[in-house]
Amino acid sequence: MALREIISSGNELAAHAAKDAGCKFFGGYPITPSSEIMHELSELLPAEGGTCIQMEDEIAGVACAIGASMSGVRAMTATSGPGISLKAENLGLAQMAEVPLVVVNVMRGGPSTGLPTRVSQGDVAQAKNPSHGDYKSITLCAGNLAECYTETVRAFNLADRFMQPVFVLLDETLGHMHGKAMIPSEEEVEAGIKPRAEFTGDPAEYKPYGVGQDEPAILNPMFKGYRYHFTGLHHNATGFPTEEIETCRKLIERLFNKVEAHQEEIDLYEEYMLDDAELLIIAYGSVSLAAKEAIRHLRAAGIKAGLFRPITLWPSPAERIKHWTDKIQKVLCVELNIGQYRDEIQRASGRLDIDGLFKVNGRALSPYEIVEKVKGM
Amino acid sequence: MAFNYDNYLRVDKMPTLWCWGCGDGVILKAFIRAVDKLGYNKDDMCIVSGIGCSGRFSSYIDCNTVHTTHGRTIAFATGIKLANPDKKVFCVAGDGDALAIGGNHTIHGCRRNIDINFILINNFIYGLTNSQTSPTTPQGMWTVTMQKGNIDPTFDACKLAIAAGASFVGRESVTDPKKIEKLFIKGFEHKGFSFFDIFSNCHINLGRKNKMASAMENLEWIDSITVSKIKFDKMSEEEKVGLFPMGVLYHDEDASEYCEMYEQVKLAHQGKRQNITAADFAEK
Repeated sequence: MALREIISSGNELAAHAAKDAGCKFFGGYPITPSSEIMHELSELLPAEGGTCIQMEDEIAGVACAIGASMSGVRAMTATSGPGISLKAENLGLAQMAEVPLVVVNVMRGGPSTGLPTRVSQGDVAQAKNPSHGDYKSITLCAGNLAECYTETVRAFNLADRFMQPVFVLLDETLGHMHGKAMIPSEEEVEAGIKPRAEFTGDPAEYKPYGVGQDEPAILNPMFKGYRYHFTGLHHNATGFPTEEIETCRKLIERLFNKVEAHQEEIDLYEEYMLDDAELLIIAYGSVSLAAKEAIRHLRAAGIKAGLFRPITLWPSPAERIKHWTDKIQKVLCVELNIGQYRDEIQRASGRLDIDGLFKVNGRALSPYEIVEKVKGM
Repeated sequence: MAFNYDNYLRVDKMPTLWCWGCGDGVILKAFIRAVDKLGYNKDDMCIVSGIGCSGRFSSYIDCNTVHTTHGRTIAFATGIKLANPDKKVFCVAGDGDALAIGGNHTIHGCRRNIDINFILINNFIYGLTNSQTSPTTPQGMWTVTMQKGNIDPTFDACKLAIAAGASFVGRESVTDPKKIEKLFIKGFEHKGFSFFDIFSNCHINLGRKNKMASAMENLEWIDSITVSKIKFDKMSEEEKVGLFPMGVLYHDEDASEYCEMYEQVKLAHQGKRQNITAADFAEK
């Protein structure tokens, strides 16, 4: 893999990733700590013939991006937790109508206005179900500067593959962290772009939602002779509203199946010093940087600790989590929230004795705090 | 020979779910006649609708159609239009859609003056959800949420659109379908945000409890509150009270259109022109 060195911030890397992944439209609204993504794209996208628009509110920011995506171009929005709360309804429409979209959430302290300039991982549970109703979220979480780039690129490809919004979670620490990152070349990213599936047959035969029970809709670009209908209502194979019992059931089940049946395409995690580990630390996002340093200290002190770091948070790598929690008795989940992902670790492992180190005052966790916690376990 | 609507209709979706005598079908037909006269290609058209009875409008026309969330038509349409500036983009929304839950988008769509044709189907009530007060419900009328008479002041949508910066603003009612068609033709051809406030009847959910339970009674009431702009302009302030002027109310052919302005942003970022300054707008 041809890597290039770039000195930048997490937010700027996410913006460059969007451009390199072929994003042609950004709609958003200013919000700390994500605004730099829009700042950067307001220059990058028009220079490439694309569009970056600051809308009147968060709702319009996501809505115009969904509109652009419906017409067939790669589109993105970026915000922080309060913005996701406002965008939630339209994210539900994109789930229901199967419209691809990349949604970057640079997490800050919540709930409500919370701690706008400080770090948190409080939106992990929100990313699983931001809107009402049943659907299966895909959520990626960058754990270092390079992943702010690579996970944003991956999100675009997954969004077009599974025809739904894909979250990229950054946090304030990563978004504003400035440093060196080794990222793939533009050529390599471009070569890896997998465009949406397209129906090329007779328009009269086109059924955008008439796909297999474990496949996403095939939504052709607008204005190309395939005239169809998007709706947030329950709909049939042609996309028109229906209340027919079996059609409604199968539609919602398919929104789950299309993700669950292909989870191997979505799963991504890192395993760090786990082979001989007697203590399993589970951490993600910027916290994992502190966890790795803590593990090095712990090992120097004779404690065999290792890290499991989910990069795809939703759907969770449940089988792999179970593999390690079956093998290792002592498990510590480290998060900047009160155990939002520990709930999932408990579910996947079938164990209620998962220990937690949680911090919710807007400050980053230091390796020292993790070391002290482990020594007390 | 009678006009044949079938070419632009999704015939298999007929009949519509609108009630007997509803004005929405009159607007649908006027829309089809207008785009037919203008010779628009169905593949080049996109209709974005919101929530309410008007929300179903998009599903009946054979073009690229989008049924969105409540109040957000302009926001979705803005993305579609900016990504495809050469296409014809229409919004269809109701009075609750456009003026209550979606009021912010209406204001800013007008302000940007983006080339979107925005059709407000204004029936003075939340019809689909059974008679709740809308921003255009006249004071004193019965609604299910104001059963002793509505006190909420009434919105004049056209005044809002003009004040917010829409460059084409007109109003007609379903009592005169031919005039709607003419207004549509003029507004669709206008480059900029075209705002159409089309009065429609809802004798079922507005009329039933307000002494106009038939379509004809509801239409007669609409006639009683409307007057041509020419007549209206000659009236005294006292005579104007409770009346709405009809026809083209505002038309600025020189206002800068948003997609065209954004093309200049692209050129500037591509080094093909100098930065945009106040002088770019002073020339207009």
